[in-house]
Amino acid sequence: MDELFFQLTFFLYLIATAGFVMHLVSLRKGVEKIATYILASGFCLHSLGIVLRWISEGHAPLVSFHDTFSFLAWAITLAYLLFQAGHNVKALSAFVSPVITIMMALGLMHPRQVIPLPPALKSYWLPVHATICLVSYALLTLAFCIAIMYLVQEHQIKKKRLGAIVRRLPSLETLDTMSERCLKIGFPLLTLGIITGSIWAETAWGSYWSWDPKETWSLITWFLYAALLHQRLTVGWRGRKSAYMTIIGYLTLLFTFIGVTYLLPGAHSYAL
Amino acid sequence: MPSDLNKMDILLLGVNHKTAPVEVRERLALRESEPSALRLFHDLPACLEIVFLSTCNRVEIIAGTNDIEAARRQLVETWQKSSGVSPEVFSRSTYEYSGVDAVRHVFRVASSLDSMVVGEPQILGQLKDAYRDASEANCSGHLLNKLMHKAFSTAKRIRTETRIASQAVSISYAAVELAKKIFGDLKGKSALLVGAGEMAELAAQHLKTNGIDDLIVANRTLERAIELSKALGGKAVSLEELEDMLVDVDIVISSTGAPGLVIKKEQVKRIMRPRRHRLLFFIDIAVPRDIDPDINEIDNVYLFDIDELKEVVEENKAERKKEAIRAERIVEAEVIKFKSWMKSLDIIPIIKKLQEKAESVRQKELRKTLKNLKGLNDKEKKAIEKLSMSLVNKILHDPIIFIKKGSSEKQRDEALAMVCRIFGLNGTGERPYTEDYIGKKAKEDNCQRPRHTN
Repeated sequence: MDELFFQLTFFLYLIATAGFVMHLVSLRKGVEKIATYILASGFCLHSLGIVLRWISEGHAPLVSFHDTFSFLAWAITLAYLLFQAGHNVKALSAFVSPVITIMMALGLMHPRQVIPLPPALKSYWLPVHATICLVSYALLTLAFCIAIMYLVQEHQIKKKRLGAIVRRLPSLETLDTMSERCLKIGFPLLTLGIITGSIWAETAWGSYWSWDPKETWSLITWFLYAALLHQRLTVGWRGRKSAYMTIIGYLTLLFTFIGVTYLLPGAHSYAL
Repeated sequence: MPSDLNKMDILLLGVNHKTAPVEVRERLALRESEPSALRLFHDLPACLEIVFLSTCNRVEIIAGTNDIEAARRQLVETWQKSSGVSPEVFSRSTYEYSGVDAVRHVFRVASSLDSMVVGEPQILGQLKDAYRDASEANCSGHLLNKLMHKAFSTAKRIRTETRIASQAVSISYAAVELAKKIFGDLKGKSALLVGAGEMAELAAQHLKTNGIDDLIVANRTLERAIELSKALGGKAVSLEELEDMLVDVDIVISSTGAPGLVIKKEQVKRIMRPRRHRLLFFIDIAVPRDIDPDINEIDNVYLFDIDELKEVVEENKAERKKEAIRAERIVEAEVIKFKSWMKSLDIIPIIKKLQEKAESVRQKELRKTLKNLKGLNDKEKKAIEKLSMSLVNKILHDPIIFIKKGSSEKQRDEALAMVCRIFGLNGTGERPYTEDYIGKKAKEDNCQRPRHTN
């Protein structure tokens, strides 16, 4: 049952993405509206699917690759919809929705079977830690998309190519402010995610920090984002530099999230 | 032909920037006229409805009339005489449209397709003002009301469906558009004018109307700086303070007559840290250039010089031309709709004739019948009268619907002709209501429309 929900959600996200891209090209207003409705209904279906899976698995569906990718896609969609309710920057949809679809596709590529959870990890910390981490990833994903938009727009203006692209993307300052907002919420959540993770590690294994690769790389990611925010707030870094940093931070985050588990075995390696 | 069958038509006389120089346009605007131009023309017997439009680029009289020849004669005579323009100049400068062509012209004017700068938005507001004046003075009626409302909605449709007005076609406007692409909202931003040239002043004014509230003028002679800053509502500084000012402002417009560079790359590099790397937008409209072109390489600094702005303007102009073609198509579609509305006014007198004829037959026959039938009481007489009335109504119902229903113009004309022939409506028997007639006569502008009553 929840499998059908997942596939339907994927399908709806795919259509919405096509709609958003079409809107960016044609600038037809109706298309954007319809695509947003499709995305929102996909999101509702997705939420229902996650609840169903929670019930059938017996623990929060945040352990296997399949489930975490699905949850991340869900969180990005949620963050995007909330963000759009406040800002309404139309072009953003065409940049975020492909990421959502890619996350869903990655989820689809991994086996759906439920991984039995070691008894040591059966704890309330699982949903708390994982949810906070993934929501922070979602916000940092938004920041990443906005940073890419910034770089594209910045390049066009710098090179004085004031054509179709410049017309479609928001102003530089708007993009910069939006990206800062995402960072300002995403980074504290990331911090909280690492703290809850370490508390959970203490209850499960008896030590707060054991320098396994996942922990090390989370710390590296955390430092990158901390440096970025620090520079923004103290020296007033913004614009291109900040956008590059946001992208580097996000790539590191992706490595921590996916790469480490594949390449560097450790305590997290049974799943994520 | 009975006067209630005379059809209303639209006549338009006018001059614009293409047909007449400003001296002639000024005179034809009749600004000093007493009574007002609107009154003057509305008092002419043939002009039942008048809208008088006068802007710096055009003066136009739009008239609703049921006798187009008389209206033309009267308007030309009155206008030429009261403006004091010689008849030769007058006839050389003015243009004239009637019927569908007048409708098309009004739609094109409202949509700014006939403007000097195609797509400039002011004309619509001016036309709205002209219409408001006319309707407040009771000079506008059924026909021109409809024409004006349709002109406004056509203009709006063009504005939303094409990008005819969305791009800057002047250098100062292009600069403002660029500033918006960098800063988004210009509210709370500040601008610095270096040098007090005319173009800089124009750009500064555009910036102000777009939300900039903090304006600083720096000039070699402080006196001129103070003068200009007063005019623009900003503050004045001397050129020596330039670097300090650069720390705070967001937009710099430079237009000095200096032979060398006024703002150097090193200077700007220095101030980026104290200004916390906030975005900085330079507009260099001076020739020779005031600002080191390499400044554009600094992070978060954007520089456009006059040639680059000109290029933007040229691209936008080309884009507008393309959009204008789409706009013309929309105008054409709206003209066709309006034409068919005007045609629908033709039906009313025919229906009236049909009803009148039936009514007279009914009354004649009723009288005859009642005369022959003696000894009826009032109740029975009433019943017979009622019977005759409902017979007439029932029988006329279908032909009337038949006329009204014609979905296309051609169908309606054919239906009209057929009903006229079947019922032998006199006075219309010789009027060939065919497509051919409508097509030709409409162009010859004496296709008369039914006179409306209000």
